[in-house]
Amino acid sequence: MKTLTTDALTAVKEVRDGDTVLVGGFGMAGMPVELIDALIEHGAGDLTIVSNNAGNGDTGLAALLAAGRVRKMVCSFPRQSDSWVFDGLYRAGKIELELVPQGNLAERMRAAGAGIGAFFCPTGVGTPIAEGRETRQINGREYVLEYPIHGDVALIRAHHADRLGNLVYRKTARNFGPVMATAARTTIAQVSQIVETGELDPEAIVTPSIYVDRLVEVTP
Amino acid sequence: MSSKDDLARRVAADIPDGSYVNLGIGQPTAIARYLTAGSGVILHTENGMLGMGEVVADEDADWDLTNAGKQPVTELPGAAYFHHADSFAMMRGGHLDVCVMGAFQVSATGDLANWHTGAPDAIPAVGGAMDLAAGAKQVWVMMTLFTKSGEPKLVPSCTYPLTGKTCVTRVYTDVATFQITPDGVRVTELHGIGFEELASRLDVPLMQV
Repeated sequence: MKTLTTDALTAVKEVRDGDTVLVGGFGMAGMPVELIDALIEHGAGDLTIVSNNAGNGDTGLAALLAAGRVRKMVCSFPRQSDSWVFDGLYRAGKIELELVPQGNLAERMRAAGAGIGAFFCPTGVGTPIAEGRETRQINGREYVLEYPIHGDVALIRAHHADRLGNLVYRKTARNFGPVMATAARTTIAQVSQIVETGELDPEAIVTPSIYVDRLVEVTP
Repeated sequence: MSSKDDLARRVAADIPDGSYVNLGIGQPTAIARYLTAGSGVILHTENGMLGMGEVVADEDADWDLTNAGKQPVTELPGAAYFHHADSFAMMRGGHLDVCVMGAFQVSATGDLANWHTGAPDAIPAVGGAMDLAAGAKQVWVMMTLFTKSGEPKLVPSCTYPLTGKTCVTRVYTDVATFQITPDGVRVTELHGIGFEELASRLDVPLMQV
């Protein structure tokens, strides 16, 4: 049986310059802070980061941005009261922003993980988001064509894992984790505890092991 | 004119019992305080939860349990958690009965503008607003009727970038409540202002109840 468990720095070592990295979390809930710290130490740059927000405070994603490793942010809500790192980079023209409505962000990653080539979505019809985009009338309603978002790597935080890589989450820290886990070539999960295989209730598993490539235990 | 709390109380009173409801960040969050337990209203939060309780102080926070504004909240009996794609499928799929959002502008035909002022130096942020506008069965807006400089926010057509087209059905303001219907804008409540005066301050034709 393959061993998924490793330390954070080893887990992220295959991230290359120019990669697209999916980063879990809604604000700080579910953000894999220790994996991001390892990515900063690892040194990969010119990254495209897909995450709901563009960093909070000075830790986690904000620290990666501050280290100058990110070329482009793909997110739904960069502007927050504590997003000063992103705000500064954006105003200085040092970072590119692709703004994606939150549901499209989730569904485009879901599509990537589910082998869907593209899909028609009603969100954003008649708004600047849809300008210049392909649309179609279906049963009298207008939809915008949306394409999948694939990641090279996903960094997510879950609650518990078993050694096989099955994951359970905790409360609203689940958010983008299960979707991102399906959408990346390599998924790395940081969890607060790794239990023996068989100890998680199979009925309660949210992310099945097939989607998980590396596990890093970070004791809270 | 009515206060923000009065406004929140009025919106809460109009939410049908047993509805599944999403309250936008900012002012609409206050509506939760006026929903009674007996109403059976279940709150949805975009970050993956039904059965959301109240906002709690930081010292009582569980930071794995937050609302769309990233404030710590509680979980009520019967709560359920789900991931983001499911959370937005719930919106887009027409399963939410009501969402209440703030707005910069609402047009006479129910267009909504609430994500971007269009200012060149503004950092755009849309979050879940476009998905809610496209998906909730009823989109209600809660806002002041006039800007600080006195410009009406209920307008013939929005000058700010849109969040959604012909999606808003009700507008609750400090001055009056409006229903946006296919026939036009109907005033359903007035708060300390006469119909004629209200009509004179807006560029939108109004129908009286």
